Amino acid sequence: MNNVWNADRANTIIGQFRTVRGGLLPALHALQHHFGYVDDAAIPLLADAFNQTGADIYGVLTYYHDFKRARPGRHTIKVCRAEACQSMGSEQLLDDIKKRLNVDVGGKTLDGEFSLEQVFCLGNCALPPSIMMDETLHGRITIDQVESLCRKVRS
Amino acid sequence: MNAITIYVPIDSAARSVGADDVAEVIQTEAAKRGIEIKLVRNGTRGMLWLEPLVEVATPAGRIAYGPVTVNDVAGLFKADFLKGSPHHLSRGLTDQIPWLKSQERLTFARLGITDPLNPDDYVAHGGLAGLIKALPLSPAAIVAEVAESGLRGRGGAGFPAGIKWKTVHDAVADEKFVCCNADEGDSGTFADRMVMEDDPFMLIEGMTIAAIATGATQGYIYVRSEYPQAKLHLEKAIAIALDHKWLGDNILGSGHRFHLDVRVGAGAYVCGEETAMLESLEGKRGIVRDKPPIPALVGLWGKPTLVNNVLTLASVPVILAKGAAFYKNYGVGKSLGTQAFQLAGNIKQGGLVEKSFGVSLDELINGYGGGTHTGRPIRAVQVGGPLGSYVPAHQLTIAADYETLTSIGAIMGHGGIVVFDDTVDMARQAHFAMEFCAEESCGKCTPCRIGSTRGVEVMNHIIAGTKVPENLKLLDELCEIMATGSLCAMGGLTPLPVRSAMTHFPEDFHKHPPATQRVA
Repeated sequence: MNNVWNADRANTIIGQFRTVRGGLLPALHALQHHFGYVDDAAIPLLADAFNQTGADIYGVLTYYHDFKRARPGRHTIKVCRAEACQSMGSEQLLDDIKKRLNVDVGGKTLDGEFSLEQVFCLGNCALPPSIMMDETLHGRITIDQVESLCRKVRS
Repeated sequence: MNAITIYVPIDSAARSVGADDVAEVIQTEAAKRGIEIKLVRNGTRGMLWLEPLVEVATPAGRIAYGPVTVNDVAGLFKADFLKGSPHHLSRGLTDQIPWLKSQERLTFARLGITDPLNPDDYVAHGGLAGLIKALPLSPAAIVAEVAESGLRGRGGAGFPAGIKWKTVHDAVADEKFVCCNADEGDSGTFADRMVMEDDPFMLIEGMTIAAIATGATQGYIYVRSEYPQAKLHLEKAIAIALDHKWLGDNILGSGHRFHLDVRVGAGAYVCGEETAMLESLEGKRGIVRDKPPIPALVGLWGKPTLVNNVLTLASVPVILAKGAAFYKNYGVGKSLGTQAFQLAGNIKQGGLVEKSFGVSLDELINGYGGGTHTGRPIRAVQVGGPLGSYVPAHQLTIAADYETLTSIGAIMGHGGIVVFDDTVDMARQAHFAMEFCAEESCGKCTPCRIGSTRGVEVMNHIIAGTKVPENLKLLDELCEIMATGSLCAMGGLTPLPVRSAMTHFPEDFHKHPPATQRVA
């Protein structure tokens, strides 16, 4: 995760998916997993590997919410804004997180520690509100617990 | 003394409220006391309000304690919970808990009982019986059995599975596919996730039976990226299944060939629409295709493709194992079998309730669910996901089956039920429905792409108290155009939550004072 951009490394990663049917999405996921985002410099490499135009690749890259085109924070907080979480105060929770971390949805904190994202459903709808910190799900969460989680991953 | 078996769920809902920490502290505490235990990370029983639910194997059966926090563990040992002794968190024998005992767990028969990735556990608890029954049958006979069972697509549309299977079966092609739609994006639903995390072999078995019945040799499970643990368990389960020849080039020595891969979505809700999912699987933008041609004839890479939801495919093993006649004994009218109802939102006892179609919403929400989590009165219930209607509290007596829900302008969807108490502002919910559609529209058709954005603007005016009667009329017209002119359910059903909120809760659309009357 969050490795410095390196075209050779990117080509090696892309190469693993060149012959996979429908391999573009898995390749994008793998690039993002390694670098933390998909650098624009990867577009011509992907176009070449999958025999598509740069515009095709750009179209796919920008269509999906998951793919980032700039380096995110070291940790990503996804706050669920779907109905089940709304029924237990997720809109307030999101507002509180924005205020306490001083960050907007889609942005990252000044110290580069946290990215904040909204998601629509994490599949934990019986224990709302929910957030996901990196790949760990947290249910029945309060703003104070979010803050203590932030302190924990920061240290 | 033999080691005592303790179960702590590995399901991500249980982990979201501390199951990993509880498991670790139990290990430490047992070591400290010199007690030998065997800790099994089982799936969840579906009683999510009791998570983390710790179970102890005793001669009388498994005894449940929950919800357990790390601070309770020492006390549990002190109370001798390893013998199933009383404690204020004790729930008695798990199987006798009324919430669980009164369910009709056909598809979810193994839920929480087994270790999800233990193949011996799977077989010992009835796994593989469906596949073994299917192997000697002709593909046409398998299709006939599924058709006879009355199984309908559990993803939301409720299309008869047998007809879809027969279409793919009858299609002639050099290659066919089975694709499992595991892009469970509806708020209020988590049953697909439970299948994948807590009983993944069942989905593999169902897909294998589907492949043999339709003549497919390659399958894909398209799982949403928000479910990392489901992906992990599926990948591990597929590797184990290959080792056991439950998948591969010669399934259980039958000569049948079927390979299965997991593909991960990338955060686009619309990819839960089957043709958008196929585009995404092909590595493209997940944009809805025109129909016809239907995917059963022209699907993935133009080949005949069976696309079914996780729950549909997961229902197949039990149908084959016990027979269509057994399965259709459950349910009512044209809604046969059982449905995995998911109790969610502001609910006291949320979780998975598998019951025959026809159970009333009231029994589900107030009976099983125990009312709201906040203890306040229920005001509205959204049934069937973000594209489903808001049902007012006074209509909860109706039966939850496809036809009855349709008769009151609601939908079954994927079986999710999201409860709201009396603090909900239904104008805000209508605004959100439009906002969600604007955010998630694939952009192909105008009613959905432009309509949802205009819907957000109109709702902003209504909430601001600007020309409310005129804007309500405009909103209704907009809903009509979206409902009748959209290419798929995204734009086509977004009017359901909006209009049901307008119909049942008109007062919420008029309570916002005009901007000029507000005190500055």
